[in-house]
Amino acid sequence: MKLSFSPADEQFREEVTSWLAANLGGEFEVIRGRGGPGDEHSFVEERKAWERKLAEGGWTCVGWPKQYGGRGASIEQQVIFNEEYARAGGPGRMGHIGETLTGPTLIAFGSEAQKERYLPGIRAGKEFWCQGYSEPSAGSDLANVKTRARLDEANDQWLINGQKVWTSLAHESQYVFVIARTDPDSVAHKGLGFFLLAMDQPGITVRPIEQLTGTSEFNEVFFDDAVCAADDIVGAPGEGWKVAMGLLGFERGVSTLGQQMLFQNEFDEIIRIAKANGAARDPALRQRIADAHVGLRILRFNSMRMLSGGGDDGSLQKEAMIYKLYWSTWHRNLGKLAMDVLGAESEIIAAAPYELTRLQSLYLFTRADTIYGGTNQIQRNIIAERALGMPREPRG
Amino acid sequence: MEFRFTEEQQMIRDTAGAFLAEVSTAAAVRAAMATERGYDEALWRQISEEMMWPALHIPEAYGGLGLGFVELAAMQEQMGRVLLCAPFLATVGLGVNALLVAGTEAQKQQYLAAIATGSTATLAFMAPGSRPDAHAVQATWAADGDGGVLNGEYRYVLDGHTAETLIVAAREAGSDGEEGISLFVLPADTAGVSREWLPTMDQTRKQASITLRDVKLGADALMGEAGCAWPALAKILDLATVAVAAEQVGVAQQALDSSVAYTMERVQFGRTIASYQAIKHKAADMMLKVEAARSAAYYAACIADEALAGNPLGAGLAEAASIAKAYCSDAAFFNAGCGIQLHGGVGITAEYDIQLYFKRAKSTETLLGDAAWHRERLARQLLDGEAA
Repeated sequence: MKLSFSPADEQFREEVTSWLAANLGGEFEVIRGRGGPGDEHSFVEERKAWERKLAEGGWTCVGWPKQYGGRGASIEQQVIFNEEYARAGGPGRMGHIGETLTGPTLIAFGSEAQKERYLPGIRAGKEFWCQGYSEPSAGSDLANVKTRARLDEANDQWLINGQKVWTSLAHESQYVFVIARTDPDSVAHKGLGFFLLAMDQPGITVRPIEQLTGTSEFNEVFFDDAVCAADDIVGAPGEGWKVAMGLLGFERGVSTLGQQMLFQNEFDEIIRIAKANGAARDPALRQRIADAHVGLRILRFNSMRMLSGGGDDGSLQKEAMIYKLYWSTWHRNLGKLAMDVLGAESEIIAAAPYELTRLQSLYLFTRADTIYGGTNQIQRNIIAERALGMPREPRG
Repeated sequence: MEFRFTEEQQMIRDTAGAFLAEVSTAAAVRAAMATERGYDEALWRQISEEMMWPALHIPEAYGGLGLGFVELAAMQEQMGRVLLCAPFLATVGLGVNALLVAGTEAQKQQYLAAIATGSTATLAFMAPGSRPDAHAVQATWAADGDGGVLNGEYRYVLDGHTAETLIVAAREAGSDGEEGISLFVLPADTAGVSREWLPTMDQTRKQASITLRDVKLGADALMGEAGCAWPALAKILDLATVAVAAEQVGVAQQALDSSVAYTMERVQFGRTIASYQAIKHKAADMMLKVEAARSAAYYAACIADEALAGNPLGAGLAEAASIAKAYCSDAAFFNAGCGIQLHGGVGITAEYDIQLYFKRAKSTETLLGDAAWHRERLARQLLDGEAA
């Protein structure tokens, strides 16, 4: 075990921090620390411009192989980049779905033509993606998708029909990837396909979902004979589940370190308030603040283990299995702590009709953390079954 | 950055685990805990002379193996898993670390070499009813020629009634807080030292009270500079705290594993109870606790290594130790408590082992500061601008 970074990695860190110091200012000053979870709807145009700025500096897709325009950065360097990005107050990445989900999926499973067509736009910070997975009747039971894909041979295209839901930033994206049923008689994870579609077409309708925060990061997306070119299916028809599961694997990546730095920023704000308003002298709150600190530090240690690759016995990565359950629960508790530190002031919002402060948004939006991307209940099933070898739930 | 075991560390951990599973069986634990001594002397000889575990992180210059704190933590974790009854934590976690941090060259030559070949040691610093901070030190010393005279009573001394070497903290009469504290090392049979076994709720680890009455020590017994030992003592306690946290990981892990095994066998309503989500979700929460605890304990072990080597990262020892002890204490208690619940009725019998883990979880929680105590220490650093 070794905690320190190599001199070469420290030099990389220096390169990252000096670029950010030189560029994350001026017109981009307003987006510092903005656009994170619960705030994804803010400053969209400025954040898109920031993506292009990042791309010019070569700071998009740093973990991609060099042949696809990335830096081929090591895990350590990706950790460093994400940490320093968040430490500098870098805004929530508009391009993160393309960079961390679409890109790695195409690199692993895509055709050469698909890579040539789609990777450069992501790398350049000009083309944004959203994710079409969940459906009204396919939440935790993701394999229960009903959206259908039919090959229209006469016109050499797929026609997609159905509905997706909880699609982040659908109205700000040019493309969507969708899992849909290629075999109408199939059930569960057989007979699915993984499709790449342009969002700007008559067959796609986006309807925002107003959340408890009064804002709308999430959307419903309706597909009514939406068109997908015949060769924009990733993998073969019927292999969509394999591709989709590969993609979920990419979700647990190094970006988690950046996420923690955002959490640290939120926690620091809570500490500032506690010191200012006297909550720091309340013995019960002191315990909870310290507990939050312990939890956040351990979140970092967990991910250092995860990124160092492999469990203690080199096989099962248990620290990866607990990751979602751990951070989501911690973050939800942080939201509650923020309100309790604020005391009576926690009720007063920024402005009518319903403009919340950052911490109020945190409090309300973190209720979603333990639901999306696999609810805490599903996470516990996964841990019990895959890590502890307890009997599996009956599945239809 | 490489936050995982090296192959060598993994091998040491596996070897220790396999050996301990053989020798520290449920029957062996019960036999040892029923004695006043609290451990099997033949097994201790085997552990120290054949396996050379007490020598683990003693430098080679003093007859040790020269390995690091991560290896020590791995060993402590494995011992916690099987509730090993042995004076290892007292001798190594407290004794060796005290000598490494505060010992003079001559003291290291003498005492570390003895420990490396099986001699036992412990640290006494807490007055009756105290908490593990500087105020706990109430025994007094007064200069007497080149040496000093010590008086006072210590409680909660791990294996204090059997240890061959004692390291004791005492303060100059009239001093307060972190001022005036000195550390001394002395043979347990020094004139004026009396020791008494204190029967404990967790019978797998023994405690004693030690009384010093006009104990006359020469200058060679003093560790470091007289009156200035608090920073050294604090560091020793932090190092030992990390070792305890690692042990708690083992306790938490075994509480989980034995409970899962039990629920996979126990059948009710025609199904193993492990097939019910109410059981599975409890087990999943226990796994989350133990894995997070493991991350915290091994991070702290890495920092402890840096601290012993005098490297800059070692400055984070107090914080890392408090994070580890706060979380691992809660995790061990949570897992052992849930473990009893998952065992159902047999969980509260003397026959099943889970009750022993529940008791060890509690004794280690109290030892060197419970979770709330360590959280308050962190809160001071976060909120009051003090160093932890």
